[in-house]
Amino acid sequence: MTDTRTTAIHVRGLKKQYGSRNAVNGIDLEIGVGEVFGILGPNGAGKTTTVEILEGYRRPDSGAVKVLGLDPWSEGDALKARIGVMLQSGGLSPGLKPLETLRLYAAFYESPDEPRRLLDLVGLNDSAKTPIRRLSGGQYQRLSLALALIGRPEVLFLDEPTAGMDPRARATTWEIIQALSEQGVTIVLTTHNLAEAETLCGRIAIIDKGSVVAEGSPGELTGAVMRSELVFTSTPGLDTDTLWKSLGVSAEMCRETASGTYVVEAPTSTELVRAVVNFLHEANAPLFSLATGQATLEDVFLQLTEETP
Amino acid sequence: MKARGVLAQARAETSLGLRRGESLVVTIGIPVGVLLFFGRVQRVTVDGDPLDFLVPGVLALAVMSSAMVSLGIATGFDRRYGVLKRLGSTPLTRSGLLAAKTLYVLAIETIQLSVLIGVALLLGWRAGGGIPLAFLFLLIGTIAFAGLGLLLAGTLRAEANLAVANGLYLALLFLGGMAYPLTKLPGAIRSIAELLPAAALAESVRGALESPVDIPVKSVLVLVVWAILLPVLATKFFRWEE
Repeated sequence: MTDTRTTAIHVRGLKKQYGSRNAVNGIDLEIGVGEVFGILGPNGAGKTTTVEILEGYRRPDSGAVKVLGLDPWSEGDALKARIGVMLQSGGLSPGLKPLETLRLYAAFYESPDEPRRLLDLVGLNDSAKTPIRRLSGGQYQRLSLALALIGRPEVLFLDEPTAGMDPRARATTWEIIQALSEQGVTIVLTTHNLAEAETLCGRIAIIDKGSVVAEGSPGELTGAVMRSELVFTSTPGLDTDTLWKSLGVSAEMCRETASGTYVVEAPTSTELVRAVVNFLHEANAPLFSLATGQATLEDVFLQLTEETP
Repeated sequence: MKARGVLAQARAETSLGLRRGESLVVTIGIPVGVLLFFGRVQRVTVDGDPLDFLVPGVLALAVMSSAMVSLGIATGFDRRYGVLKRLGSTPLTRSGLLAAKTLYVLAIETIQLSVLIGVALLLGWRAGGGIPLAFLFLLIGTIAFAGLGLLLAGTLRAEANLAVANGLYLALLFLGGMAYPLTKLPGAIRSIAELLPAAALAESVRGALESPVDIPVKSVLVLVVWAILLPVLATKFFRWEE
């Protein structure tokens, strides 16, 4: 039995076929109240199908799905009052104006948020009465976000929320998402922006070919795929023989990859750093920069998701 | 389905409709133009008063323009722009959206009929006997043409829908016995035209407004069949996403 006080979304053995193609092939998810949960995966991996089933747009072929304890398909009317959805693109009437659109959507909910407050939150005050067809791509996305918030949702579905936004708007959007999460709103974020997922998400599921291929916090995911290398920069042309000998690795594992940039392929540790510092000290060479090459989410993503021909 | 949401949606649809200049041309401009041109400038030759022939015709034309063309094109673009999809995740249900669109069509028709009947009265037209019956036929016609408009909107791409809806409007204006009598059409074309919803609506309304009332049973039956068939087809084939 799922506890609806702590579990916002519960998915077991979710399957969905389109014709003979398995779009979703047995997905399990457990998302807690107030979590920012990222769903990553290549195009066609089954992300959108999964999220659209959670939103009540599509009927699953089999599997158990509960959002806020409700079945999104058979109890969609009750659920829709409690969720907010931001589509990847489109959704708004080009002839309406932002304030008008927010007021219209406010009429659909029992206790909606203030349209003016939300325009202010997403920084669209100056465009309140500009027809939507004249908004920029980023402004359109910000209005979509405000509309997703108008019903004071308990679960918020965001599909590529910052695509087309300038860096300032993106930072604002990230702040909004973090603030909502602190208020206990559960957020399901689909994105191709891996830095965004790393920054915002407490947990991430990577989906490929209709299945979850990895799941965990960004730290857990990247920790599982350590690239184990250390990069430092100093004066060009240093003789690295003493370094690789002191580390007990082969010469190829320790080389100058570009003028003044040295890469040591070894598990990163404080001993390794100390050896590098000693080496530079003895060579009387400066240390300009030093970085351990922990894998990024991008490395994990590329390693786990196969290239589709 | 909450009334507040439905009314808000109907209000938004109506204000959008009134903002679309091309929609006003089709819903108000052309019916008034037909009435003035064939009622005043180039009077249509029929037995009796040309206005008694023309006014029911332009009322039918008005219904066709709002229920099929205006509703259909707006809904087609709603579908193209993802508006229908976005509304699908709000508490406004599909039946709520349909109710809002119905109210929108009725609001536009109220404006159309007020303007057209006003102009007709200024031209000297006097209504015959069965006014309530005429409104009933216009309502049945609205259901038939809304079904057709939504069938096109829910199956074709937005641009194709735009072209087909406007093309049908023009074709049915010529084949609908609206601006000139069906008897002026060649026999074969006339037999087909009589089975189409436009002529059936125009003839039904015309019969209702004659004094004494003279119901054309065949036309009414044809109209009712379309009013059942087209919404059923629309319900079956409508796709919410393009």
